[in-house]
Amino acid sequence: MAANQTLQRRQSQLTRGRLPSYAIWVVVAASLILGAAISSLVGFSVVGWAIITAIVFVLAATIVTAVAEGERKAKDKLVTFLVYGAFLIALIPLVSVLWTVLERGVPGLSYNFLFTSMNGVTGAVDNQAVEGGTPVLGGAYHAVLGTLQITLWATLISVPIGLLTAVYLVEYGAGKNLTKAITFFVDVMTGIPSIVAGLFAAALFTLLFGPGTRTGFVAAVALSVLMIPVVVRSTEEMLKIVPNELREAAYALGVRKWRTITKVVIPTAISGIASGVTLSIARVIGETAPILVTAGFASSINWNVFSGWMSTLPTFIYYQILTPTSPTSPDPSTQRAWAAALLLILMVMLLNLVARFVAQIFAPKTSR
Amino acid sequence: MSINSLKASTDRGRAGDKIFSGVSLAAGVLILAVLFSVAVFLMVQAAPILSADPAEVTGGEGFAAYILPIVIGTVVAAAIALIIATPVGIAVALFISHYAPRRLARAFGYVIDLLAAIPSVIYGAWGYIILAPQLAKGYAWLAENLGWIPLFAGPASQTGKTMFTAGVVLAVMVIPIITSLSREIFLQTPNLHEEAALAMGATRWEMVRMAVLPFARPGIISATMLGLGRALGETMAVALVLSPGALGASLIRTGNQTIAAEIALNFPEAFGLRLNELIAAGLVLFVITLIVNMIARFIITRHKEFSGAN
Repeated sequence: MAANQTLQRRQSQLTRGRLPSYAIWVVVAASLILGAAISSLVGFSVVGWAIITAIVFVLAATIVTAVAEGERKAKDKLVTFLVYGAFLIALIPLVSVLWTVLERGVPGLSYNFLFTSMNGVTGAVDNQAVEGGTPVLGGAYHAVLGTLQITLWATLISVPIGLLTAVYLVEYGAGKNLTKAITFFVDVMTGIPSIVAGLFAAALFTLLFGPGTRTGFVAAVALSVLMIPVVVRSTEEMLKIVPNELREAAYALGVRKWRTITKVVIPTAISGIASGVTLSIARVIGETAPILVTAGFASSINWNVFSGWMSTLPTFIYYQILTPTSPTSPDPSTQRAWAAALLLILMVMLLNLVARFVAQIFAPKTSR
Repeated sequence: MSINSLKASTDRGRAGDKIFSGVSLAAGVLILAVLFSVAVFLMVQAAPILSADPAEVTGGEGFAAYILPIVIGTVVAAAIALIIATPVGIAVALFISHYAPRRLARAFGYVIDLLAAIPSVIYGAWGYIILAPQLAKGYAWLAENLGWIPLFAGPASQTGKTMFTAGVVLAVMVIPIITSLSREIFLQTPNLHEEAALAMGATRWEMVRMAVLPFARPGIISATMLGLGRALGETMAVALVLSPGALGASLIRTGNQTIAAEIALNFPEAFGLRLNELIAAGLVLFVITLIVNMIARFIITRHKEFSGAN
């Protein structure tokens, strides 16, 4: 009996000075009302209401907790609110960007947009479309083709180099100084500004073929400077997690090292490698700055990466927004830019999904 | 006989081994060569600007007078981005690693990674069309009420295409970098440290402050440095969002320029000496980001060795 009483008293001591669980909702309701009142004083808007409510709520909840539960609990609550708030703040641009691109991109995404180029579409055509209310002519077909060609060539250059370098780092160069140097500089290369990679390719081809050499291939070289480090890093990680027992088993059977690598190690890691390569493609497909300085800008279809200027989706968006086809009525250009942006986001998201899918579906079946 | 057959089998395929190891070594060396040649080619193409007549350089006062304002502009834009992105990025990382419900944490991580997947030109377009007009209202208020601070001196830009807007867009692009790197480090905090802190009666925030943050400090510093590297070199956001002009203290007036945007806006039409000038500007940007990234990587590698010993 006496023991039971002490137990009860201890429990009440432990729970003493804690706010009931409904207290937080009371504070929420109070700050909503207070927020509405303050924001209507300075001119009501939903955004203003939300911001003032959030500030009032954080302050009020902290003060209430400080009074009822003590300073330490109050500090803990305050940080919790701030951390949740930071996440919500980080979501605002994401939601806003995706919503903007969807809302403004969908109207422009027609069959006509996908399968015609800007060849022959002048300011006069756009003016006519605005005045007459006719559909906007011109599209991004040339830019889509340019994007695909340049990205394909960049992939063709980067994947063999990146793959072989990763093989060297993991299989041949363990512990060597050269390996340390390569690892370090590959990491540094990840941080090269994309425009500097573009300038490098431009400078290289200027020295080789004379000034003003701007083709799709120059852009592909610039992109591969950005792509190689990503391929190396992801492939290296994947090769490292291949169990050593597999290699040793192959050696024990008298298999040559290079056969072991090509027949045992790489097939085991292929799902991770493929997903890494796909992610690296997703990274470079949206690059704008290197294309601007290496491939120029075109409004018609160019099938040849080795000669002539070329457009890609990002540069198409950039020029349509910055220099509208018709300066007096920029709306058709803006519409085309947002449609192209939607197309680009869809491509990038698709690549990301494919990468995740590849990594999960084709992952090696382990008994563990 | 048996010795001979053994010998014969050891010879077979040896060429393949040699070729394969040689080719992969060559690929590794090629990467070093590429990075080296990036520096060399930029230097070769930039060299004429140093010997050029100062009057022929844009601005007419030599290369140093041309590059200095845009270097300052680059640093200012990156600084604004980091001041916004570092606290938000670290808090979001903490949210995902220690605050969010366990089941949802992975999904939230993917959502933040989505931010990194959106191409920079789309952020630029968004900043140009959506964000700038919104912020312009705030700038008018700032210029009216806080105009006596040089940073907010009026007249405020009507379009909102200012240094501050560029900094905000850069911050949005840097947040996912800081978040994903810090999240990795936060998750590596030894569980025993966290549990020990909680067992001593620490609140969650005290546990984070005493166990997680000290452990993660080098990681946070290098994540911030990598974010800085990205913010310094980011082109499209600034090229689209900022209407460039001369260097000025006010962040809410049109003006200022960054190196990357200067190159992107002028390179397509440049020729002759102007081309060399822009490549020289690119070289300066390359050196700045190289130093920042090398410091960040150095901190990470040192930390890796240290934590590997534990």
